[in-house]
Amino acid sequence: MSQDEKLHIISAIVEHKPGVLHSVSNMFRRRGFNIESISVGVAEQEDLARMTITIKGDERTVEQVVKQLKKIIDVVKVSILNPAHTVTRELALIKVSTPDAQARSDIINYTEIFKGHVVDVAHESLIIEVTGDSDKINAFIELMKPFGVKEIARTGITALPRGMRSIKME
Amino acid sequence: MVKMTGAKALIESLKREKVEVIFGIPGGAILPVYDELYEASIRHILMRHEQCAAHAADGYARASGRVGVCMATSGPGATNLVTGIANAYMDSSPIVAFTGQVPKAFIGKDAFQETDIIGITTPITKCNFQITAASQIPKIVKTAFHIASTGRCGPVLIDIPRDTQTEEAEMNFDVRIDLRGYRLNHDPHPLQVKKAVDLLMNAEKPVILAGGGVIASNACSELLSVAELLLAPVATTLLGKGSIPENHPLSLGMVGMHGTIAANKIIQEADVLLAVGTRFADRTTGSVKKFCVDAKIIHIDIDTSEIGKNIRPHIPIVADAKKALKSIYANLVQILQRKERTEWMRKIKEFKDQQEGIVNSKEGLSPPRLLSELRKILPENAIITTEVGQNQMWAALYMKVYKPRTFISSGGLGTMGFGFPAALGAKTACPDQPVIDIAGDGSFIMTEQDLASSVVWGIPVTVIVLNNSVLGMVAQWQRLFYNRRYSAVNLGKVPDFVKLAEAYGAQGVKVGSVEELKEAVMKSLKSEVTTVIDVPISSEENVFPMVPPGGELDKFMVG
Ligand SMILES: Cc1ncc(C[n+]2csc(CCOP(=O)(O)OP(=O)(O)O)c2C)c(N)n1
Repeated sequence: MSQDEKLHIISAIVEHKPGVLHSVSNMFRRRGFNIESISVGVAEQEDLARMTITIKGDERTVEQVVKQLKKIIDVVKVSILNPAHTVTRELALIKVSTPDAQARSDIINYTEIFKGHVVDVAHESLIIEVTGDSDKINAFIELMKPFGVKEIARTGITALPRGMRSIKME
Repeated sequence: MVKMTGAKALIESLKREKVEVIFGIPGGAILPVYDELYEASIRHILMRHEQCAAHAADGYARASGRVGVCMATSGPGATNLVTGIANAYMDSSPIVAFTGQVPKAFIGKDAFQETDIIGITTPITKCNFQITAASQIPKIVKTAFHIASTGRCGPVLIDIPRDTQTEEAEMNFDVRIDLRGYRLNHDPHPLQVKKAVDLLMNAEKPVILAGGGVIASNACSELLSVAELLLAPVATTLLGKGSIPENHPLSLGMVGMHGTIAANKIIQEADVLLAVGTRFADRTTGSVKKFCVDAKIIHIDIDTSEIGKNIRPHIPIVADAKKALKSIYANLVQILQRKERTEWMRKIKEFKDQQEGIVNSKEGLSPPRLLSELRKILPENAIITTEVGQNQMWAALYMKVYKPRTFISSGGLGTMGFGFPAALGAKTACPDQPVIDIAGDGSFIMTEQDLASSVVWGIPVTVIVLNNSVLGMVAQWQRLFYNRRYSAVNLGKVPDFVKLAEAYGAQGVKVGSVEELKEAVMKSLKSEVTTVIDVPISSEENVFPMVPPGGELDKFMVG
């Protein structure tokens, strides 16, 4: 990442119907913008979905991304979220090997410290759920690596502006 | 609410949009619609290739300012439309394309003649729709026409599975369209206008750059008022040709890679550039870094995403060109003292004379002379379409255009084979105006099969083939930049265009002099049938001036 490139969080409210994710992701591909993460789910209104997209780039790039997003007819509203006033979360499921009882109890201890949950228990592995900002999840994964991380699934960042700031539909 | 089939509802919707003509080719997946067309009052012009149907709709739209409509079956019919749709997208031309689709239950099963036309056309349409229930047809058609023809115009595609064409449903034609994500911003921001006016008022060398958006928003008279008030010369892009009469003293002609001497020299001198309805395409600007370096740039465009995409303006104005220019004029006229720019105007005149010199220095069948002489005998309202290549650039340089919507060319996509079917569309829209396609042999061969539809449907146009037996523009690049290594540009054997025309029931004539050309054209204008005029020219001709790709506009080659 060059100096003026940083991570930007874009929140887009889109029509909740087939094909919209394709239009959006295709726009990124075609214009050569790189998506760092994207998460999509139904918004407060059932017929709308919220996409949280993070990209790396300079101010000009983000500005074009926003303009090109707004141009897509099924995209209803787009905002750039200011990290200082934004709650960001990511969820990860991590499957870790548990070679012995000591390892197992260590993992469970760490999980508690990270306010995670053990969501699946098998003889030789555990699945742990952690949520938080991406740094926290990265830190947790680092901690798990020595035990043997078998699989990871991460949702990508999702975000909402703090307080009364709201980007839902009028 | 009335009950009817989807196909009938489609025809009814088209009537409500006041569609008079559809260019298309039928097939299994769209048969129910064609069955309804059998007795509908809408004219259907059967083309010989779907690409031509899309180009014809595009030509119709550009000549008339109304939405052009084309129709094809699923699979190969739909994919054949793609070039035409992409062409309309790049040039912001309002067309609505209908494609048949396999029945809903077969979608995604790789059924016979199934293709994911929605997926294919997503990046080349303003918007597209697949109909999943017949009852949606009135609303979707209405929405499609609205989207195609408003804001920055562009193509919209509607894909209709066959079973939704036959399905009966209650139809509501008075349905309101609501598009939460499509809010049009037409009015210029007063503050931005004021800033622009301040700049313009104090400009010593203001230049206007007019793009296709000026014509699309019918803003030509507003453009002229502003230009005359400021005494600012006007350069146009290829698509902006016609936004100012090219015999006006303030007209500089086309700017860019093959721009006129005057346009390219003068635009680089500007201290304030007022760019309207242009996307600053690379063919227009040459090197972006060296484009108008001393100028403060005001950019008016209806499409926000064009602002700052290629060139970062000092003053962005997101608005309809007509409204923005009106508002600028209204503000300027109150405060501006008319300036004399005698010295500058004299210089402009000098550059223009230099350009004329290129015409006069050539003898015989030189394209510049051919085309300027041809222009003299055509009425002002004649519509000129072009193919792509040298023919297109010669036409742009040497055929003066006096009225908006009378110069129709494929700018963004640069589609060989565009000009002839676009001419058929334009003639359909404006049957009382002469329509002339300036063609290259290579381009004409790409869509020449629609001579058949031109004859059958009585759409007489004139095709002037500048016949150099090569892919001329490519040969020019090879000559200038690849050390004359002529790889794959020699067409070897082109058809006898006279016989070819006659084979289709059109007329053909071969000419050997400017006089013969004029005679043949005059005759063709009176004819009821399409005329192909074969004009043999040298394969060694270059289009000059030329700015090498990525170069600075005022550093051009002249031969
Ligand atoms: C469909 C398509 N294929 C290829 C090209 C690349 N191309 C640009 S100009 C040109 C040559 C055009 O030849 P011709 O139509 O004979 O016109 P001329 O340049 O000789 O006037 C070619 C092949 C193109 N623009 N469009």
